[in-house]
Amino acid sequence: MTNSMKLQFESRSCNEGFARTAVAAFAALLDPTYEELSDIKTAVSEAVTNCIVHAYAERLDSIYITAQIREEGTLVVKIRDRGCGIADIEKAMEPLYTTSPEGERAGLGFAVMQSLCDRVAVRSKPGQGTTVTLYKKLKSRQQGI
Amino acid sequence: MPVAIEYREESLRAALSGEIDHHSAKELRMQIDDAISRAVPQKLIMDFSAVTFMDSSGIGLIMGRYKQMAVYGGTLVISGLGPQQRKVMRLAGLDRLCVFEQAEETAEK
Repeated sequence: MTNSMKLQFESRSCNEGFARTAVAAFAALLDPTYEELSDIKTAVSEAVTNCIVHAYAERLDSIYITAQIREEGTLVVKIRDRGCGIADIEKAMEPLYTTSPEGERAGLGFAVMQSLCDRVAVRSKPGQGTTVTLYKKLKSRQQGI
Repeated sequence: MPVAIEYREESLRAALSGEIDHHSAKELRMQIDDAISRAVPQKLIMDFSAVTFMDSSGIGLIMGRYKQMAVYGGTLVISGLGPQQRKVMRLAGLDRLCVFEQAEETAEK
């Protein structure tokens, strides 16, 4: 069975926990393993943190998440902002590259997302915003729900 | 309380708890750095046994404290990491940088 959900929330750092927990609760409908759920929570946390720290640079605006469960048991999570956008996506995705070292950002957000998901797609336009799409096939009871 | 700090035998133990993300890391960093600058310990033990979640903000927190301890010529020990945190650490290659102590707690009692 397919399923989908939408979330919209303010770019407050306290919402990082809300966002990853909400997506994990949705993914839990597929009866994933504990490790798969942890991977999803961590990847979503990285993407949402990027929206707050970089896209909106700590100013308040909206972050949008849509999550979809596909027939074959793949979870697709889109995290979208209308922030500053990324000029050089390839550079931004390089491990240890960060534009905010003073905030003790490790520059590992995308590297973490990539290693915990099957695929990470990034679409961005400077001045218009960024959409990060995470794909993760859950090996657990895929016929689930 | 996200971190309980205890100083004993020239070691500073910071027992972290709850979820470590960008939201919580700032406060943790301030509290630990404040204790480091007061005590100037030879060893900082960051104990993760009560941590339930950590993203790359935790890596930033560890790397920052590693540098902080290096300034004072001290060492950093990471203790009690769960499987999820261990995975994030491995991604960062930090498992090669720090000393991990699984049996830290039992050894000190």
